[in-house]
Amino acid sequence: MTTKFTPDHEYIRVEGSTGIVGITPYAQNALGDIVFVELPSVGKVLKKGDEAAVVESVKAASEIYAPVAGTVSEINEALSGEPGLINTDPESGGWIYKITIADASELDGLLDDAAYAELTK
Amino acid sequence: MAQTSAETIKTTPLYEQHLAANGRMVPFGGYSLPVQYASGIMAEHKWTREHAGLFDVSHMGPGFLTLNNPGGDAEADHAAVAAIIEPLICGDITGLKPGNIRYTMLLNDQGGVIDDLMVGRSPLLGGALYIVVNAGTKDGDFAIIEAAAGDKARLMRADADNALLALQGPEAVQVLARIAPGAEDLSFMQYRAFDWNGERLIISRAGYTGEDGFEILVSAANAARLWDALLADDRVQPAGLGARDSLRLEAGLPLYGHDLDASVSPIEAGLGFAVSKRRREAADFPGASRILAEREGAPGRIRVGLMVEGAPAREGAEILDAAGSVIGVVTSGGFAPSLGKAIAMGFVPPSHAEIGTALQVSVRGRAQAATVVPTPFVPHRYFRKSKAS
Repeated sequence: MTTKFTPDHEYIRVEGSTGIVGITPYAQNALGDIVFVELPSVGKVLKKGDEAAVVESVKAASEIYAPVAGTVSEINEALSGEPGLINTDPESGGWIYKITIADASELDGLLDDAAYAELTK
Repeated sequence: MAQTSAETIKTTPLYEQHLAANGRMVPFGGYSLPVQYASGIMAEHKWTREHAGLFDVSHMGPGFLTLNNPGGDAEADHAAVAAIIEPLICGDITGLKPGNIRYTMLLNDQGGVIDDLMVGRSPLLGGALYIVVNAGTKDGDFAIIEAAAGDKARLMRADADNALLALQGPEAVQVLARIAPGAEDLSFMQYRAFDWNGERLIISRAGYTGEDGFEILVSAANAARLWDALLADDRVQPAGLGARDSLRLEAGLPLYGHDLDASVSPIEAGLGFAVSKRRREAADFPGASRILAEREGAPGRIRVGLMVEGAPAREGAEILDAAGSVIGVVTSGGFAPSLGKAIAMGFVPPSHAEIGTALQVSVRGRAQAATVVPTPFVPHRYFRKSKAS
């Protein structure tokens, strides 16, 4: 199981052909209290870089982009009632959506742990 | 938020205090100010509603307008200084009692709002007014007031050498009464000077949160000491611009440059209460013909509160009627921490402004349900001493 990162602070945790996408602890801290999450529809086909979801803090809305191309296979319905999960547990309970990865080679273009840590240090 | 280039950004006398409290500094109104501290907007907002939030509002424009040659009769001197500023605004300043403050608006000849501001009558001196204007408009406002003053009065800006603190929330009064005994005797929209360790504080019982609270003008040299002294009380937490905005939005209070601008009249903005009776009867303020006509008839648009279903509708979002036609625009909107819901203010035609009217707002291209509701969204809790006491 590997986790990759985008320069826009999304993570994608790869489990076989599925990627679990959310935002990093660094990103949730920067955004502040999340009060609303607009989730994609299951079955939505995304290109790398497409807007996949929107998270809203008290102050502002932020787009969440697709780290790789694929099809949305599952969404985290718990966020509709409890958007703050993104703040309290961004890497686990606060995941946003799962994507069936269309082309695994796109993962190679993303940041690994060390590169992301360097970006946010 | 207005952004300013890094070259011109100013700091307030409390800059080091903000850094020490892990303030997240952003440029606002030409100053570097904290949008939030470590605990975040939601926590700061709720703390202010339940206890006392401490805000640095030193970017605002406090000033004093003082007669050059007072005659010595307090009433006559007050009438003389009031006569300088009244032609610029729609409020009755002549009729203010000593130590009382009025919320009013600087108007252009078309009846549009140049700024909204506070004007107070000195509790002690005849012929002196305490004025507080908005940050983004202060240079222009002060130039207008100075031009009107001519050689009759002088305007002393108090923004550069002072800090302005706001202590807001239900516990603000107990906290401040320990530092400035007697502050608890002020009524909402009253001010006077207090002594604090030999330092003069100008304390007004006013604010921008809908809560009971105070604004405190203190010299730059003593600002950090006062800030620290207030924060030493467990009931006080620092609160940033983010909470200030969400609190004022819940309180239904307009923000200049967003809900008010040079095209909007006081009547359109739902601020007709600030067009004083004596001034209406005399029709002697800028744009009086438009404003009085709108007051008697119907303005083309009016500011309303909206309870929004789903995602927050932010400034610039279109307001639609039930059928989906665009009828207006959101001027302030966001999430209301006290309500756990999205709320907004915006302008719609009077035909769609009735409380309970079902409208829609367009968020990212999708129509969401919105209902016209009364403002304030969260009831004001100002402290007014009963007249009988």
